[in-house]
Amino acid sequence: MRVPMNWLAEYCDPGMDAAALADRLAMTGTEVERVVRHGAQTTEGFVIGKVLTREQHPDADRLSVCGVDVGEGEPVTIVCGAPNVDAGQTVAVARPGAVMPDGTKLKKAKLRGVESNGMILAEDELEIGGDHNGIMQLETDPALSGRELAAGAPLIEALVPGEDVLELEITPNRPDCLGVYGVAREVHAITGNPLASLPTGPSPEGDETFSIEVQDHTLCPRFTARVYRDVKVGSSPLWLKQRLSAAGQRPINNVVDITNYLMLLTGQPMHAFDMDKIRGGRLVIRNASEAEKMTTLDGVERVCDEQTVLVCDGEGPSAIAGIMGGAISEVSDETTSVLLEIATWNGPNIHRTSQKLALRSEASGRFEKGLSAELPLEVQELAAKLMTELTGARLTSATIDVAGEIAAPRAVKLRATKLRALLGAEISAQRCAEILQRLAFDVAVEGDDVVATPPHFRAADITREADLIEEIARVEGVDSIPATLPAAPAAIGRLSGSQRLKRRIEDLLAANGYHEAITWSFTGAQQLAAISADGAAAPEHELLTIANPLSEDHSVMRPLALPGLLQAAKHNLARGADAVRLFEVGAVYSGTADEPREHTAIALLLSGPAAAGTWRDQGANGDFYALKGVVDAVAAQAGVTPEYQPIDATHHTYLIPGRAAEVLVGDVSLGWLGELHPLVAKRFDLPDTVVGELNLQALSALLPEPVTYEPISTFPPAREDIAVVVEAERTADEVLGVVREAGGKLLSGAGVFDVYEGEQVGEGRKSLAIRLTYSAPDRTLTDDEVAAARAKITERLESIGGLLRG
Amino acid sequence: MSETVEKIQSIEAEASSAIGSAGTPAELEDARVRFLGRKAALNEILKSIAQLPPEEKGPVGKAGNQTRGRLEALLSRRQEVLEAAALNDLLENERIDITLPASPTIAGGSLHPITQTRREIEDVFVGMGYKVAEGPEVERVHYNFDALNHPPNHPAREWTDTFYFSDDVLLRTHTSPVQVRVMERQPPPVYVIVPGKVYRRDNDATHTPMFHQIEGLAVDENVTLGDLRGTLLEFARAIFGEDREVRLRPHFFPFTEPSVEIDVSCFKCKGGGHLKDGSRCNLCKGIGWIEILGAGMVDPNVFEHVRESGYDPEKIQGFAFGMGVERIAMLKHGVPDLRLFYDNDLRFLDQFGRGVA
Ligand SMILES: [Zn+2]
Repeated sequence: MRVPMNWLAEYCDPGMDAAALADRLAMTGTEVERVVRHGAQTTEGFVIGKVLTREQHPDADRLSVCGVDVGEGEPVTIVCGAPNVDAGQTVAVARPGAVMPDGTKLKKAKLRGVESNGMILAEDELEIGGDHNGIMQLETDPALSGRELAAGAPLIEALVPGEDVLELEITPNRPDCLGVYGVAREVHAITGNPLASLPTGPSPEGDETFSIEVQDHTLCPRFTARVYRDVKVGSSPLWLKQRLSAAGQRPINNVVDITNYLMLLTGQPMHAFDMDKIRGGRLVIRNASEAEKMTTLDGVERVCDEQTVLVCDGEGPSAIAGIMGGAISEVSDETTSVLLEIATWNGPNIHRTSQKLALRSEASGRFEKGLSAELPLEVQELAAKLMTELTGARLTSATIDVAGEIAAPRAVKLRATKLRALLGAEISAQRCAEILQRLAFDVAVEGDDVVATPPHFRAADITREADLIEEIARVEGVDSIPATLPAAPAAIGRLSGSQRLKRRIEDLLAANGYHEAITWSFTGAQQLAAISADGAAAPEHELLTIANPLSEDHSVMRPLALPGLLQAAKHNLARGADAVRLFEVGAVYSGTADEPREHTAIALLLSGPAAAGTWRDQGANGDFYALKGVVDAVAAQAGVTPEYQPIDATHHTYLIPGRAAEVLVGDVSLGWLGELHPLVAKRFDLPDTVVGELNLQALSALLPEPVTYEPISTFPPAREDIAVVVEAERTADEVLGVVREAGGKLLSGAGVFDVYEGEQVGEGRKSLAIRLTYSAPDRTLTDDEVAAARAKITERLESIGGLLRG
Repeated sequence: MSETVEKIQSIEAEASSAIGSAGTPAELEDARVRFLGRKAALNEILKSIAQLPPEEKGPVGKAGNQTRGRLEALLSRRQEVLEAAALNDLLENERIDITLPASPTIAGGSLHPITQTRREIEDVFVGMGYKVAEGPEVERVHYNFDALNHPPNHPAREWTDTFYFSDDVLLRTHTSPVQVRVMERQPPPVYVIVPGKVYRRDNDATHTPMFHQIEGLAVDENVTLGDLRGTLLEFARAIFGEDREVRLRPHFFPFTEPSVEIDVSCFKCKGGGHLKDGSRCNLCKGIGWIEILGAGMVDPNVFEHVRESGYDPEKIQGFAFGMGVERIAMLKHGVPDLRLFYDNDLRFLDQFGRGVA
């Protein structure tokens, strides 16, 4: 909200400049977004002038050469291009040295050979209004005519040429600050400077009545109206235009300007009806029927629903309550009778309707925050003053007031002990009372306690002791509260086992050359199709779909982190990276809106060498086994050694089926890894790439008990190597399984150290070289014992078709 | 002294000098043969002892054998010296270029700067006695808004501002719902921080639809606003430097009352608003203070939602705070653009890899 400094000072003079006030407001709970300048950059150099003479410029048809009295004894020459300039006028003059709104500093200038000592100003040149048809004639302005305007007097005596404007961010709990007067109350509270009261208007001259019926007071707690006759619609005085413009509202005509001005002053929106266009001579406030239509004054036909509240005349809708008037009863230049509605509406209902109709206005933005139902009566008084003074109207009715039951503000008790306990600072009951009084509360001190009743415009926000404490804290200054630390014997800080596991895994991956990425949690159908080898359909995942996504690409919660990592790999390879090793630890999602599921995934991607090459070593190739080593290392952090089993390719269409594995511990699946399908790799412009994903929660669940020491054998082990030729389909795990079973207790280790396929072993067969280690905890094994164990192993290997090579 | 003993002494003097001056293994071998060889004079003397008169046998034998021992020792020491010199000559020709890049055990990866910042913040609070709590990102309206005292028409609830899966299920817009979940699970006292991803329906130069927050909650019998100030002062100093101060500005949040925004004194201009050269500080825009987080005393209405779990607002009180991890990371590392965190460009990530693990 924009608050012009001069307007503010009319009600409470802060006694400081805009920047200092901005700081004070910020430190007491009113956020100032910035201070801006409206109109001229300076007030100096702007004076009142009297045009004494006007002559045609000798060399330019459209220019006049004027002799202007600017209070310097001799008149000065000013060249003016306005068609309406003439001798006898009182005008606004910018003298050389004056700084215009756009920052240009005015200088003496020769215009077609004639020296001009300034500029006679039009409205738009000071950002007062939009009018550039001619210069401002101060003596004809309704508010200035009849006033003594001395030539050479500072212009600010008649009109504000430029001023600072505060741009405030009003928090939703303070709708009372949505007007200049509300901000003046704040300034009063924080500075103690006097607060002027709002003026009151004339008493009604007539006793005209008008029928108003409110069907549901929960939707319309109060509806007030006053009737004005002999209204002359016309232009507003300059001061009003200047204030509206400085506050960011375009001047239109005096009646509309008055309603806007009062809204900006008090925060209370209102609506002026052309009384003669209210059919049937009555208003009914009711809910719309389903799909009831009406045209708002912006010319758009609106389709209402049953929760929309309408202000209707005898024949149909005339305005959408609290949001926008109807075209049918709009005030025009011909209007002579005005019914001024000032009402209170149900905030949530206005909010809902404004959402539903996608129609926001200054009025709806205020009503939806919930305004005081006492406010309309006060504002009707103010309106009467302006309507009669500025439009020449006669107020012909008393205030027609149709109100439901309006709750009075409730007294709230503030205990000094509670205040102290919450803030950790000492503020006396007396001081509390003083602060609350300045905030317009009704206050009684009862010993150490204070009983305070909020003013009506704060009644909705102040209902509890905590609300009072907040008020006192902010006015007293929260920044003055001393810093202490909780005396917290029960506070024991530590990370949980799974949090520590996560950190270990992240550190492990970083230490092994992987960069941590953070990719979007969102994905889209197209991205999921792109990781399916056939490109046609998304992989089989239960997708959690956002009802109101920002874009198609971000419409689904990722069921796996792969699409984001592939995109990141593509990004980096396109920018010259020769290897990409990425990991991400983050949530992946599944299930439905009713039963959403998420778990933390550890996603891995390896594209290019497994380790960076150096000047003497090209680096190991990044393939399945390279990433399997990483997966083993990650699992080892949780103290487990996983098994690798063939994967169900229909669930992992982005992998090469024969080069992929499910990672298991017992029957718990930890995740998967595998080489990226070349068709998928091609879509992301990737070379051979290996990817994988593990479930952090599944790993955490396997975190072991503390390790129990086992005695180390002091007897040397016996080692020997064997080579066995088996069918190529046999996996290493199968063969080792057979070996281990046959070796029994004496076989303490068995591992494959070489694999050979080729002519020497024949088509469809392979040779596995296996290192066997035999040992016993209590003795050195004899040759006979080792030989017996080996014989058993050999026998079992032969039984599965294995052939031992010499 | 016998003539023979004198001769031995003269042999020793000559041999010592020859061994000491031998400059190559060959010269040393020559000296060995000459003075200690089978046909050498010393050996001849020792072989002929038997022919000496009885009174000379003893002294000559002793002198000869001692001389022989000393010369042998001298010889082997000289040999070591010569071998070492030869090896050094050899090594002199085997110099390497010590400026070539190292062969690392593995080239460095990195933790994302968001993770690094998150951990740094976590560690500060763990050190102050906080545990780390987590909660779901796909959240219910109840936890995200209702239980946090957001009125039904609060703008953040709107579908234009928040991602929804259904009328009741959304992507959490802050980490605050975990406050409520934690209090439901355990009675007071509670000291937790909650790091995590949050989502808002915003996508422009200064907003991403996904970002990271860290929430803090301390509930006990007598936790005060002064304690909040002290806690966040410790935090600000741990993250931004020991000389930092904090400033509390009143603000409004639905779930705290009183609510404050916390500013930290600018660490670029030391709070003065101007740099050494007199120019305006661009980090704090000349204000001297930088907003880093929102906080406040937990609103009694929030406790009402978890009263059954032991949170009677008349008996306990507490504070809560929440900060954006990206913002802290941007301030701390001078990262100018939020988007850099989500491009995952290795040239960016690599800058944060130094000192990892
Ligand atoms: Zn600064």
